Amino acid sequence: MKNENNQILLDVQNLYASTQDTEILKGINLTVKRGEIHAVMGLNGSGKSTFAKVLAGHPDYTVTQGKIQFEQQDLLALPPEERAQAGVFLAFQYPIEIPGVANSQFLRLAYNTIQSKRGTDELDPLEFDDFVRGKMKLLEMNPDFLDRSVNEGFSGGEKKRNEILQMALLEPKLGVLDETDSGLDIDALKIVAKGVNHLSTEQNAMILITHYQRLLDHIVPDYVHVMEAGRIIKTGGKELALELEKHGYDWLHGDRQNNAGISA
Amino acid sequence: MNESKNIDYLTCLFKSLPAQSNGSLSQDTLPEDQKLWLKRLRAQAIDKAGQLKWPTVKDEEWRFTDISPLTRLPFKPAKAGHVPGLSETQPLFIEETVNRLVFIDGFFAPELSSIADENQLIIGNLDTLATRHAHTVSTHLGQYVQSQQNLFTALNTAFLHDGAVVVVPQNTVVDQPVHLLFIATQAETTHYPRSLIVGEANSQMTVVEDYVALQADNGAYITNSVAEFKLAANAQIQHIRLQRENVNAFHLANCAVSLDYASRYQAVNVAMGAKISRFNLDISFKEEAAECVIDGLALITDEQLADTHTCIDHLKPNCTSNQQHKCIADGKAHAVFNGKIIVRPNAQKTNSSQSSRNLLLSNEAQIDTKPQLEIFADDVKCAHGATVGQLDKEEVFYLKSRGLSELAARNLLTYAFGAEILNSIPVASLKHTLEQTVLNQTRSC
Repeated sequence: MKNENNQILLDVQNLYASTQDTEILKGINLTVKRGEIHAVMGLNGSGKSTFAKVLAGHPDYTVTQGKIQFEQQDLLALPPEERAQAGVFLAFQYPIEIPGVANSQFLRLAYNTIQSKRGTDELDPLEFDDFVRGKMKLLEMNPDFLDRSVNEGFSGGEKKRNEILQMALLEPKLGVLDETDSGLDIDALKIVAKGVNHLSTEQNAMILITHYQRLLDHIVPDYVHVMEAGRIIKTGGKELALELEKHGYDWLHGDRQNNAGISA
Repeated sequence: MNESKNIDYLTCLFKSLPAQSNGSLSQDTLPEDQKLWLKRLRAQAIDKAGQLKWPTVKDEEWRFTDISPLTRLPFKPAKAGHVPGLSETQPLFIEETVNRLVFIDGFFAPELSSIADENQLIIGNLDTLATRHAHTVSTHLGQYVQSQQNLFTALNTAFLHDGAVVVVPQNTVVDQPVHLLFIATQAETTHYPRSLIVGEANSQMTVVEDYVALQADNGAYITNSVAEFKLAANAQIQHIRLQRENVNAFHLANCAVSLDYASRYQAVNVAMGAKISRFNLDISFKEEAAECVIDGLALITDEQLADTHTCIDHLKPNCTSNQQHKCIADGKAHAVFNGKIIVRPNAQKTNSSQSSRNLLLSNEAQIDTKPQLEIFADDVKCAHGATVGQLDKEEVFYLKSRGLSELAARNLLTYAFGAEILNSIPVASLKHTLEQTVLNQTRSC
């Protein structure tokens, strides 16, 4: 829940990024405090997923202007693994399949890597097994998932649940969920939403990237931002998503001039 | 290739031969006639080896693999020497195994071997069984491997003095894997390991053929090995072949497999060692409805060269072959895969697939892959594909976004690429050992 007195976790200022000489992000401003849930909406090609990838440090994107402060650290100076260690987590829109690596092996390696960087205890395979099974219950995942190769042969919904499972294990300070709702049926959506709500605390924050209002019926955001052409063109409360659902994105163009560049 | 060097090497080899083609084997202590067939086999091979030329990169079959460095190493055949103790060799043993034949530099080491199922199987060393089971052994030995055009198989037979023999009688199932362990200990020698594996009708077994050096850093040596597999009707053999010679070694190997009606041969070939290695695998579908599944992995680095040539010959209808080969080359290593599949004119309803997937880990590594399909029948299914690539950038990023370092991410993905092949190994402890080896090897990259 939003609370004006909470600390600022993420501060994005005038962020420009390009890939292969094409500028995609054109001046994003966004401030996220602990305890908040932000939704970033927009049409295909508006730059939502690029924004998520830039936060996680994807090598295909070059930041050409602007700053990202994460807990007083310069996030852009950190390679992807150090961002993850610092507490940034990206749930992928298209989680990668890794044939030959058991999911349990991957999850434990990621968990222990993060734990050792935070100076906390690593878990041996037996301890980890108990720990991960507890988290899997939350997401109603079949324990068989542990023995299968990472994401290999998983359905769309299973892959997304596996992403949220990783978030549950790694306990990030900032979770960025890139279209986690896409490709989910309503039952899977409810399970994923339940998981995210369970993980959302006063100490962390979430950025939900989504096309549709549907997800926001189940995870209620404190702020809704609308992106277009690489910028946030409108920011509002949860009711903004409902307006968008009712009127479509074209509806914004009426008062776009007044809101351009303004953000939370 | 310099012709004079060539002559020097072969001359040197032949001088060290214990017998001339028309003479008798001076080492024999047994009555002349009991091993007459073996002497004849060797005599023919000696004659053949004398006629064959040392292969050079001008030969199509050897164009990626230059073995001229071997001609500068006039290594004599190894002699029986010091047998290492159990403490040194035990780490190489496989825990599931009750039948194990150990050879030190090609010489049988009964004190390191273990034979539990002598009543159930014909198992032991060739020198002993060639007389005790002369009929069975002489029926099969040298009958499957092709020596007419192949200098190295001819040389192996010419220098044949001992080897591993396993014959599983019909309707017999051997539960535990049989381990054939060939250990190299002497530098600057050549040894000639030999194996004969026969599965009679309706039998089942698992064999691990394992080439290893006792010390990782002992000097150069040459292994010239031959293995022959015969599967009678409905027989099933699982064959795991491990080449983990030391990095100075030269490993030249031939394996021939003969498949009768509805037999099934499953193989996993792993090549990790040797400075230069060449493995030829020849599979012949001699009767209908047989099946083979061949998985291969070459994992090499520094200046290693690993060359795998396979030939799957569909001589009869209704047979199935599935092949998956992977190479991982780091450093300045060079991996070669040549996969020939022949479908003869009457081999209708053949179902064959081949996949060659290759991973280059450095800019200086090289991989040559060549699927070679020769199809003469019209009602067949033959699928093949070959790829050479680097680690997938998106996969690396995915792992890094979970906190893994660049190196850890790359190592895990490399391991996974290889582990897909190792997963087919049906011996749990061996699979685990090899997975650890691959993890360690990729860790040091």
